Amino acid sequence: MPPDLWQLYSLMFKCRRFEEAVAKLWHDGLISGEMHLGTGEEAIVAGVVSLLQEGDALALDHRGTAALLVRGVDPVLLVRELLGYPEGLCGGRGGHMHLFSQPHLAVSSGIVGASGPAATGFGLAAQYQNPGAVAVAFFGEGAMNQGMLLESLNLAAVWQLPVIFVCKNDGWAITSTDGSMTAGDLNERARGLGVPVIEIDGRDVSDVWQAAQTALERARSGQGPTFLHARCVHFEAHFLGFQLLRMVRHPLREMPRVAVPLTHAILKKDGEPFRIRLAGLRKVLAAVWRTVRDPRRGLAHDPLWRTRRLLRADLSRLQAMENDLTREVDHIIASALVGVPS
Amino acid sequence: MKKMSFTQAVDDALAQAMAKDPQIIVFGEDIPLLRRELLVRFGPQRVRGTPISESAFVGAAVTAAMAGLRPVVELYMVDFLGVCLDALLNHAAKVEAFSGGKWSVPLVVRAPCGGGYGDGGQHEQSLWGWLAHIPGLTVVVPATPADAGGLFLTALQHEGPVVFLEHKLLSESWLEFLGSGGRQTVQYNVPEAGARGEVPQIWKPLPLGQAIERRPGGDVMIVSAAVGVHRALEAAESLEQQGISAGVLDLRSVSPLDTTALRAAAQNTGRLCVVDEDYEGFGLSGEVAAVVLEAGIPVQFSRVCTQSTIPYARHLEDQVLPNRERIVAAVQNMMS
Ligand SMILES: Cc1ncc(C[n+]2csc(CCOP(=O)(O)OP(=O)(O)O)c2C)c(N)n1
Repeated sequence: MPPDLWQLYSLMFKCRRFEEAVAKLWHDGLISGEMHLGTGEEAIVAGVVSLLQEGDALALDHRGTAALLVRGVDPVLLVRELLGYPEGLCGGRGGHMHLFSQPHLAVSSGIVGASGPAATGFGLAAQYQNPGAVAVAFFGEGAMNQGMLLESLNLAAVWQLPVIFVCKNDGWAITSTDGSMTAGDLNERARGLGVPVIEIDGRDVSDVWQAAQTALERARSGQGPTFLHARCVHFEAHFLGFQLLRMVRHPLREMPRVAVPLTHAILKKDGEPFRIRLAGLRKVLAAVWRTVRDPRRGLAHDPLWRTRRLLRADLSRLQAMENDLTREVDHIIASALVGVPS
Repeated sequence: MKKMSFTQAVDDALAQAMAKDPQIIVFGEDIPLLRRELLVRFGPQRVRGTPISESAFVGAAVTAAMAGLRPVVELYMVDFLGVCLDALLNHAAKVEAFSGGKWSVPLVVRAPCGGGYGDGGQHEQSLWGWLAHIPGLTVVVPATPADAGGLFLTALQHEGPVVFLEHKLLSESWLEFLGSGGRQTVQYNVPEAGARGEVPQIWKPLPLGQAIERRPGGDVMIVSAAVGVHRALEAAESLEQQGISAGVLDLRSVSPLDTTALRAAAQNTGRLCVVDEDYEGFGLSGEVAAVVLEAGIPVQFSRVCTQSTIPYARHLEDQVLPNRERIVAAVQNMMS
C-alpha cells in the first residue's frame, strides 16, 4: 500500500508552521532557555510517527516537539508548556527538552543518547504485557557515539525487543561534523550489534514511511529491533540563535565579535609555533566555511518542497489545505497565548 | 588593574599555564570552537574536540593524567556527568588511596553549572555538594572573575582530580551561546560583580579551601558559593536597612571546605545562614552545620537551598533557586 502523500504533507506542513511560530515566540523572548527546532526533519517525524498506534511508545531527544504534535498531543498544551504556563502539558515544569505525555507513552530527554534505553524499556514492557506494541527512539547521529545508545541496540537485539531506532542524521552535532567525530560506518555499527539496518533518504517522506512500515511490521510480529538511518538537514542548525549560523546570516555584525579576539589570540606572545597556530586557525575557518557552504540548506533539500512538487498538479487543493493549516496553527498559538484559564 | 569577564578569566589563566606547561591539553565536545582562542594559539594537538562519548573521554583523561599529561577535560554541563560519573567516582577519586599514595591523578574537569536562564532541571543543576561527598575529589566553585582565574591555576597545579565549576549566570559567553546571543528579548538576573571584575596582570594560584569574607557582619554570617554569594550580598544590603548586620562568607571551594573560617564565623556571630544553589538534603548546608556543631559551638542555623527539581518556567525557577527574598526571610526568622 502506498502512503497517502496528502496526509503526510499536511502533517509536515503543520509541523513546519508550528515550529516557525515557536521560533517567533522564542525570538520575542516568551520562551526561555535553549530551543531546538526540527525544521528540515519533518519527513522523518511524519513518516514514522503517523504510523504509531495506541499503546505504542515514543522516546524523544532534545528536538521532539514536532513528534508530539504528530503523535496527537494537544497542541495548545504544547505551546503553553513552551511558554512555561502552569496550564502547559507538564505544568510549565518540563519545557521543550523534557516533554512527557503519559497517555501517549511519550518521553523526552535532553541527555544525548537517553532515548535509546528509554525506548528499550518501553519495548520490554510491550513485549511482556502488550505484544504487538512497539517503541520508537529518535536521536541524532552524534548520539551514536554515546555508550548507552550502543548498549541499548545490543540489549534490544539480544532480547528481540520491538524497538525502532531512528537516527536522524543531519551530519552535525552542535559544531562538530559527523566525519570528524565518528569512526567507521553507522550502519555497520548497528549491524555489528545485531540490529538490521534500513538506510533511507530522510527528505523523502514516502521513503521514510515505507521503511518505517517494514520496521514496524518486524517489531509488531516479534522479530526484534530495526535501525532506521535517515539523512536530513536542520535548517536552524543546532538551536535558535546558533552562533555559527548567526555568523553566516549576519556576518557584518557577528564576524567582528569572533574575529577580533581570535586575531588577538593568534598573535599572543607565548604559545606554539606559528605553523601550529595556523593549523588551529584552519580548523576554525573550516567550521565556519562548512556552515556557510552547507549545500543542504537549499530548497531542494527541504522535505516539504520535495513533497509539494508531487502534489502541485492539484494546486487549488494544495493551497486550500495549506491555508487551512496555517489558520489552524495561528489559532493554536492565539488560544495558547490568550485563553489561559487562571 | 584590568577587567575581565568570568569565563575570559578562566581561559586567560588556562592560556598562561598552557604557555608554560606543554603537558596541559584541553578536550571535550566542540572544544575547537568553544575554545577557539586557545586553538589558534596552541594548535589542534593540544585543543581537541571529542565525540559525545563522556564515559570514554573523561575516563581516558584519568589515565592520561596518571601517565603524565595535565588534561583539562570539559563537559558541556555538569549535569551530563551523570553519564560518566564512574570515571570520577570509582577511578579518579580512588587512585591515590588505592595506590597507597604513590600515584595521583592531576586532572581538571571543567563544567558549567547552575540555573537562572530557563533550561530546566536537567541542565541547571549545581551538584557541587554531591561531588564533594566523594573523598578524593576537589570541588572548586568561584564567584568572581579574579577567583575564577586564580583558582583555575591552582586546579591545574593540583596533584589530584579537581572539578572546576563555572556558574552559567556568571558566564557571559555561556549565556550568549545558549541563547541570549540570538535575541535581545530576554533578561537574566546576572550579578554584575560576579560576571565581570578586576583581575591581576599575571595570574597567581590562590589557596584551596580558603573562604573569603565578602562583607563583615556582626549578627549573622551568610555562607555561600558562586551566584549564591551575590544573592547573599543583595540580601545583606536589605537586612542592613532593617538594622541587621549580616556578613557574607564566600567558600570558593566546597571541598576542601574552610572549616576554620566557618567555625570562626559561627563563634563570632552565633548565627549561620547557608545559601546553597545545590540541593538542600544531604549536602553542603548540612555539612556546614555538622562542622560547627562538632566543634561544640552553639549556633542558630538556617538554610536557603534548592529543594526540588528545578522547573523550566522562569517564574517557577526563580522561586526554587535561592533569591534575595528567601534569604532575607530566613535571616529575619533567625533574628526574631
Ligand atoms: C550526555 C550529553 N552530553 C552532551 C550534551 C550536549 N549536547 C546537547 S545536543 C548535543 C548534540 C547532539 O547531536 P545529535 O545527537 O547529532 O543531535 P542533533 O542535535 O544534531 O539533532 C550535545 C553535544 C548533552 N545534552 N548530553
